[in-house]
Amino acid sequence: MLIRIQPEPFEMSSVLDGFGQGAGAIVTFSGLVRDDTGQMVALELEHYPGMTEKAVTGIASRAAARWNLIDLAVIHRHGRLSVGAPIMAVATAARHRAEAFAAAEYLMDYLKSRAPFWKREIGPNGPGAWVAAKSDDEDALARWD
Amino acid sequence: MKLDILYFAWIRERIGEPKERVETGASTVRGLVNQLIARNERYAAALSDLNSYRVAVDQELVDFDHRIEHAREIAFFPPMTGG
Repeated sequence: MLIRIQPEPFEMSSVLDGFGQGAGAIVTFSGLVRDDTGQMVALELEHYPGMTEKAVTGIASRAAARWNLIDLAVIHRHGRLSVGAPIMAVATAARHRAEAFAAAEYLMDYLKSRAPFWKREIGPNGPGAWVAAKSDDEDALARWD
Repeated sequence: MKLDILYFAWIRERIGEPKERVETGASTVRGLVNQLIARNERYAAALSDLNSYRVAVDQELVDFDHRIEHAREIAFFPPMTGG
């Protein structure tokens, strides 16, 4: 299991190097900085050092146990990220694709609403609005109960 | 009892500090929140609406009735927007 919380960019190819030996299916997901306003220059991600690592490790451990994963990786960046830059990635390796897909969706749902990150839009004139959490994202967690 | 209190995102901006050490006799998160709100309008503006933010005690997400007698670090922050 690989968990990395870091400001630096990462290469998906290096995350996947040697990943999931013996698996029958690997699913990867990458989240990129999207310009929702048409005026965004970057996204600033604040986080809670210490709790972030703990929360992400907890989420990943529950996913690994629930779907009996062979391997799992979560990389999540913080700091100032340009539009189009990768924010985060997950990779799951399982014997069959159904488990790999489900575990990746579970990871994404929980990382969105339970990992202590806060996004703020940076426009041409500097810091703008904090991104509000969506009630849909919170509701999405109920399907895993 | 002295506690480290951390603030993040717009809560941090409204209060004007990322972190402080607070002396409290409160037994629950709710009691601590009431003590902070009574300080001044900056705290009241940040912390009055309990539906608008979350709390973690020693880096675990908890509800406002959580007991804090043995807590070391309490954090207040908006709903998370990771992923």
